Amino acid sequence: MPSHDVLIIGAGLAGQRAALAAAQAGASVAILSKVHPVRSHSVAAAGGINAAISVADDWRSHAYDTVKGSDFLGDQDAIEVMCSEAPGEVMHLEHIGVTFHRNEKGELDLRAFGGASVKRTAYVADITGQAILHVLYEQLMKHHEQVDRYEEWFVTSLLRDDAGACCGVVARDVRSGRMEVFSAKNTILACGGAGQAYSPTTNALIVTGDGIAQAYRLGAPLMDMEMVQYHPTTLVENGLLITEGARGEGAVLLNAEGERFMEKYAPNKMELASRDVVSRAEQTEILEGRGVGTHGEGIYLDITMVPRKRTLEALREIVNIGKDFAGVDITREPIMIRPGQHYIMGGVKTDVDGATSVPGLYAAGEVACVSVHGGNRLGANSLLDTLIFGRRAGEHAAARAASMAMPAVSDEQLHEDVALIDGLIARPREAGAGGGPAPRRVSEIKAELGETMNQYVAVYREQAGLEKALEVVQRLREESERAYIDDRGTVFNQDVLGAIELGYMLDCAQAIVVAAIERKESRGAQFRTDYPERNDEQWLKHIDITLNGDGPAVSYSPVTITQWQPEERKY
Amino acid sequence: MAETHRVGGSPEKFKLKLRRFDPESGEAPYWDEHTIELEPHRSVLEGILQARARFDGSIGIRCSCRAAICGSCGVRINGEPGLACHTHLDHARDSSPDGTIEVEPMGNMPVIKDLVVDMDAVHWKKIQRVTPWLLAKQPVPEREYLVPRENMVDVTQSMACIQCGACVSDCLAMEVDPGFIGPAALAKAYRFVGDPRDAERHERLNDLSQDPQGIYDCTHCFKCVQACPKDVNPMGQIMRLRRIAGADEHIVDQNNGYRHEHAFVKNIRRNGLLHEADLVPDSSGGKFHPRAIPELISGMPTAIRGLMRGKMTLSKILLHPHKAPKPVKKYFDEIDSKPERYELNLYVTGYDEDDEPTPATVGEGSTT
Repeated sequence: MPSHDVLIIGAGLAGQRAALAAAQAGASVAILSKVHPVRSHSVAAAGGINAAISVADDWRSHAYDTVKGSDFLGDQDAIEVMCSEAPGEVMHLEHIGVTFHRNEKGELDLRAFGGASVKRTAYVADITGQAILHVLYEQLMKHHEQVDRYEEWFVTSLLRDDAGACCGVVARDVRSGRMEVFSAKNTILACGGAGQAYSPTTNALIVTGDGIAQAYRLGAPLMDMEMVQYHPTTLVENGLLITEGARGEGAVLLNAEGERFMEKYAPNKMELASRDVVSRAEQTEILEGRGVGTHGEGIYLDITMVPRKRTLEALREIVNIGKDFAGVDITREPIMIRPGQHYIMGGVKTDVDGATSVPGLYAAGEVACVSVHGGNRLGANSLLDTLIFGRRAGEHAAARAASMAMPAVSDEQLHEDVALIDGLIARPREAGAGGGPAPRRVSEIKAELGETMNQYVAVYREQAGLEKALEVVQRLREESERAYIDDRGTVFNQDVLGAIELGYMLDCAQAIVVAAIERKESRGAQFRTDYPERNDEQWLKHIDITLNGDGPAVSYSPVTITQWQPEERKY
Repeated sequence: MAETHRVGGSPEKFKLKLRRFDPESGEAPYWDEHTIELEPHRSVLEGILQARARFDGSIGIRCSCRAAICGSCGVRINGEPGLACHTHLDHARDSSPDGTIEVEPMGNMPVIKDLVVDMDAVHWKKIQRVTPWLLAKQPVPEREYLVPRENMVDVTQSMACIQCGACVSDCLAMEVDPGFIGPAALAKAYRFVGDPRDAERHERLNDLSQDPQGIYDCTHCFKCVQACPKDVNPMGQIMRLRRIAGADEHIVDQNNGYRHEHAFVKNIRRNGLLHEADLVPDSSGGKFHPRAIPELISGMPTAIRGLMRGKMTLSKILLHPHKAPKPVKKYFDEIDSKPERYELNLYVTGYDEDDEPTPATVGEGSTT
């Protein structure tokens, strides 16, 4: 049985950073991921990473912008940690090889980004996530003797000992179908968000809420789950992302009347207001009949005023996306976009060291909620979040492991999971002898879930729609218990993984809807048309969702305020 | 997906023919056909996912981002390597002789199941061969290394490699010599050689030059350039490695690679057309160099066959039949007169049509 001081689940930026930090601290480390590390969804982060590295900047300014961006729901102690450690982290990345673009003096160049009061976003063209992810993987290859890599292994369960501490996982080798128990003194979840619970979404097919659901099932509370970010610029056609870096470089948004409508909604920051504000503005324009496209379903993003050479150098990826996925040369004409699901601010509740309320279980990155993003994440703060809290979790877990014995782990859960998968593969396609509706395909249920969430739990929400969504999710949960798959093999059986992922997504979706129903106000990404005002007196608090028996239970926790009192938010 | 085309249009039927292989069945690979229905500009990946969702969940293909950035879905479509998510259904249909879209696993790598290949066994092993991490100059500065703006834009092209393996799939040199380090790994090597922060540029280049399966093992076939969905231009990066190794670092390799390139240039400069009889000895240091003798002897059978079939004559071999015409000399003079070598790089030089004047750019320069 593989045994490690620190076992990391997920190998995106948070996971790889945690692995390197834990190894540096002297721990024995394994990193396990359901896809090869460079396929992790961090690869798609485009625009950049925020850090107050300019002499004209100060981390407190970054922290204030983040607090304001969060609509004052972010925990200010955590935000202070993230923003004050940001410059050091970016310099560390530079030193290990990230090819950040430079200014004429040879220093790191910085670009403008949404919700930021100065230019503070370091970048590599518009492939910043890819560049950092690949450089971290270079480091993992370099340190292969300190970090064991389990690439294409899928976690089916987290393990808990009699005292309630997390002591490892059960995982399946995707290639061989072999199931194995991994024991670990500490387990760090770093396996991303749950965007695939929505359709369309900018998120990759692998982003299925695995870690959020696994922690929830183990008893760890989830926090801020109602806060789901819609990115202002996603392709109407298929939901792919157009980076905020485009607006950072000068692109504007236009409605059907050719009007730069952000003047009405955010006269100072215009297109570079925070994402919730811009997405709502776009949605309002669309709902009021000023959208572009055959059905008025989109908005124009116009980047033609940015010099073509600059666009080709700094935004080449979206030039390609425009060309390949929308048939538009964005350097010559506007492209049609609309708000689309992009990020989950909520996740497994942690402290600033990534520790969850379950001993031995950590979380970092999108799977976690520290909460540094509160009601709305600023662009280019997610890469930062993954790296800062990935590192801190890795270091803390390594230190904790130093004074622990390796936990003894039984095979009990392994046998349960093997039986579960065998049962799943053997599920019948026809209705049982007792009658009842015929079972559905896993893929059908997933499609209905995505559409439902995007219809009722989106930019604008209201009670009746949310209740409808909850009802659908509940029905889909029941249907998923009987849903069938086709693949009966063991080698690279992606079908069986898809069925397990569906369960994870349904857990996440349920938590999101329950929290959205609970919060009877509008703040950040949660806009309730039936409660259109922010209500600090009653709702300046986090909503926690914990699994109680078979269903979610709601509780609250306070928002940490250090130096910035809530105020009206204007851009 | 070279040309731009408009989205929209109503769904059409497309016939997909997938190469399937079930390692547990003991059966040989087989073709599996499905008809899917999607708008013509949708991707082949979306087509395969529809077939998987509606008809057969057991179709194996790695995929994740759907946007040509994660590098998971490298396959061969109608015999050409590329990303399934980055190939339009209508283009794929139009490039097929009978309108059926054929999708197969990539080449040069063992198949695990259906369209899933073992990249660890080939691709990632080769990546590890090139010491794929920065060997940073010491001392490490407190803040960032100060490096020219252009260098970081320049290495972005090789940094943009998404490790999809499309170039490895169809590398002809690797087909003949599986030990060839190959296009993806050598492009990765350029990412460090071109990085001014790396302390071991010369050592890296020397290593890759002296290795018989290194930079001089590439046969210049352009397959990787065509295969790459990200415009990384792996062969171009290999040629740049050669130029830097030879011209800047003066590395003369044991494979005669450097000498061969120079012999080629000298040959054309002198003759205008290639005079092959000189090429072999010149590549070894000249007709009378001891190194040339074994090369000449090993080339004998080829020369004799050429003579017997009338492809060569003795006078062609021994005399110089042509003299370079003036325009050829002019090209060489013009290139020689340039103070710096002109390197093609899309991030730096843009596309051919990018000849517009470039005004002062927005967003450039930092606030520092």
